[in-house]
Amino acid sequence: MEKMIKLTIDKKQVEVPQGTTILEAAKGIGVDIPTLCYMHLGDMGIEHKPGGCRICVVEVEGRRNLAPSCNSKCEQGMVIHTHNMRVLNARKTVMELMLSDHPFDCLVCAKSGNCDLQSTAQQLGVRELHYKGEQSTYKVDYSPSIIRDMDKCIMCRRCETMCNDVQTVGALSAINRGFQSVVATAFEMDLEKSTCTYCGQCVAVCPTGALTEKDHTNQLIRDLADPKKTVVVQTAPAVRAALGEEFGMEPGTLVTGKMVSALRQLGFDNVFDTDFAADLTIMEEGTELLGRLKRHLDGDKDVKLPILTSCCPGWVNFFEHHFPEMKDIPSTARSPQQMFGPIAKNYLAKKMGIEREDMIVVSIMPCLAKKYECQRDEFKVDGDPDVNYSISTRELANLIKQANMDLKTLPDEEFDHPLGESTGASVIFGATGGVIEAAARTAYEIYTGKTLENVNFEALRGMEGIRSATVDFDGLDVNIGIAHGLGNARKLLEDIRDGKSKYHAIEIMACPGGCIGGGGQPLHHGDSSILKKRAAALYREDAGKAIRKSHENPYIIKLYEEFLGKPCGELSHKLLHTHYFDKSKDIEIE
Amino acid sequence: MAKIKLAKSKVDKLVEICKSFDNEGSELINVLHKAQETFGYLPAEVQEIIARELNVSVAHVYGVVTFYSFFSMVPKGEFPISVCMGTACYVRGAEKVLEEFKRQLSVPVGETTEDGKFSISCLRCVGACGLAPVVTIGERVYGRVSAGDVADIIKEYQK
Repeated sequence: MEKMIKLTIDKKQVEVPQGTTILEAAKGIGVDIPTLCYMHLGDMGIEHKPGGCRICVVEVEGRRNLAPSCNSKCEQGMVIHTHNMRVLNARKTVMELMLSDHPFDCLVCAKSGNCDLQSTAQQLGVRELHYKGEQSTYKVDYSPSIIRDMDKCIMCRRCETMCNDVQTVGALSAINRGFQSVVATAFEMDLEKSTCTYCGQCVAVCPTGALTEKDHTNQLIRDLADPKKTVVVQTAPAVRAALGEEFGMEPGTLVTGKMVSALRQLGFDNVFDTDFAADLTIMEEGTELLGRLKRHLDGDKDVKLPILTSCCPGWVNFFEHHFPEMKDIPSTARSPQQMFGPIAKNYLAKKMGIEREDMIVVSIMPCLAKKYECQRDEFKVDGDPDVNYSISTRELANLIKQANMDLKTLPDEEFDHPLGESTGASVIFGATGGVIEAAARTAYEIYTGKTLENVNFEALRGMEGIRSATVDFDGLDVNIGIAHGLGNARKLLEDIRDGKSKYHAIEIMACPGGCIGGGGQPLHHGDSSILKKRAAALYREDAGKAIRKSHENPYIIKLYEEFLGKPCGELSHKLLHTHYFDKSKDIEIE
Repeated sequence: MAKIKLAKSKVDKLVEICKSFDNEGSELINVLHKAQETFGYLPAEVQEIIARELNVSVAHVYGVVTFYSFFSMVPKGEFPISVCMGTACYVRGAEKVLEEFKRQLSVPVGETTEDGKFSISCLRCVGACGLAPVVTIGERVYGRVSAGDVADIIKEYQK
């Protein structure tokens, strides 16, 4: 049995299991000690408590120094004060010192109103700054997805934990020492030249404006105002499950109809759904999976199995940088975003009677890597990108606010046709396990020729970092693996490299939780239960759909009849598939 | 930083050094010591190879190299000047001596003159506090140095 410890916090008796930190023990009795560098995403198993910022200090009677509560363990008989004068003064001083090396950009900072440093300073009642000292100055680093303004870094090092421990990307490290220390890439090169995958998890946890996304909203406002341009929009599945949070709605509230209505009011000529393209992805990726599976069953030794999903651009960047020798294993199917682009600019533009260059395709994504993906050369035709640019869920919320709308009060509207029709299978793309479940629904029916009675593959759902399940394809056992978070993906990849993988198909999503936890989503400020609620919302939307299998989407069927021919056919290969690059040697040293 | 190519023999030597520490990521500091001993300094390419061999990120290696003042990414000069900034030397005017070296050679601490002759670094106590302030150049030790002596000391090496 766990040993229990008794102590006193703010004159209240507490009993906690041995090993509990003072911070956790206090939380248990409703005492919320302020923190800044501390980060605990319980559901993800992510914990970061370097005790570096010193905001969470408390007084332990009998000890000379104040103790950081986030990484000090409770001991028998401790008497702790979390808000006596000494503690309050110390916290305030620590905050003032931090602010003495922080730019006063608050009024125009992208993070203002959503900044942990700002809200903590407010909470501590800092009204004066007594210290004036040297200020750090660094060059702002603009990459296609992420902007790093290290003048605003407070060295909490949350980004390092996400980049190195959770994602195992290793793009960031603290460098130098003392006042000169800062989080940087190797040799302080630009992020674009580093091994960064643009997953954006550093941005998702940064407490200040040091890490933000590249903002495309002004570009969008200009394009919407241009009468010569036809501006169409596609929205990723995970956006509808999170956008409402930016308007004070409960996490997990589905705002699909209100979002469509907002986009239409913003002035988009057509409001379409990336979900349509997700159904298309299933047709292409599912066909590819079955093709490889068949060749494997026929004894073809050269066939590459497992097949890996390729919807996630952060994940694509990851294997191009870290596992380039395996670049022929992932499916060649483009991500839904990049399938939507060429269908809009080749098929839809023709139907609408407009030229490709007069159409602007914008995507709303929970993701920052999508911004980079739009810019990849292989997704351009004569310099014109298939998807012009992508804006994040957060940017969309800002745009809606700029346009004087309150999402809560908007009516529910429907997506436009033909690229707005989607099935339940495509909606769950936004949660970890969703893509492979969608693929299983379609692949099962095509492979067996039978109707799938229960489309809910519960075994593929959940929040565990690595999951596996065997799906019975009418006598054929298909082994499926799922990983979310690139550190988990790395483990599955190493197994494949070492010949230990038992899987036929693996779904990988770069962000913990899948796209619902993407780097472009409303900030969860350390509350990972929000991610679960977003996932539940997507499964709810799926359950409520009349059609829940991608291959039954009538507009997808029509698209193949009218335009594409057959899945993985010649035109599909040209428009909907891609190839990957070895980026491991791309690191430049200057 | 200019792009420097490493000869294959040097790469092999680095691989060997890493191997002698079982390619353990936790031996990074020891590997860096050995590498600097071998090459005189730790250019980016050396750090890249070490990262690859120890299976740690280059950013992490760079983080460690920049944390410890002992590690250097630029080659030391032919005559490496070290000014002791230990307490005894400091209170007896080491800072003025250091400033004078910087001024006369026009290089900051941690860097090397363009002709590759001199580099300046600081160190903490060489155990000769009785001679404070102390300056070492290569193996040679100069005691009771004042800012006024600096020009003559430099002249000795410029013949």
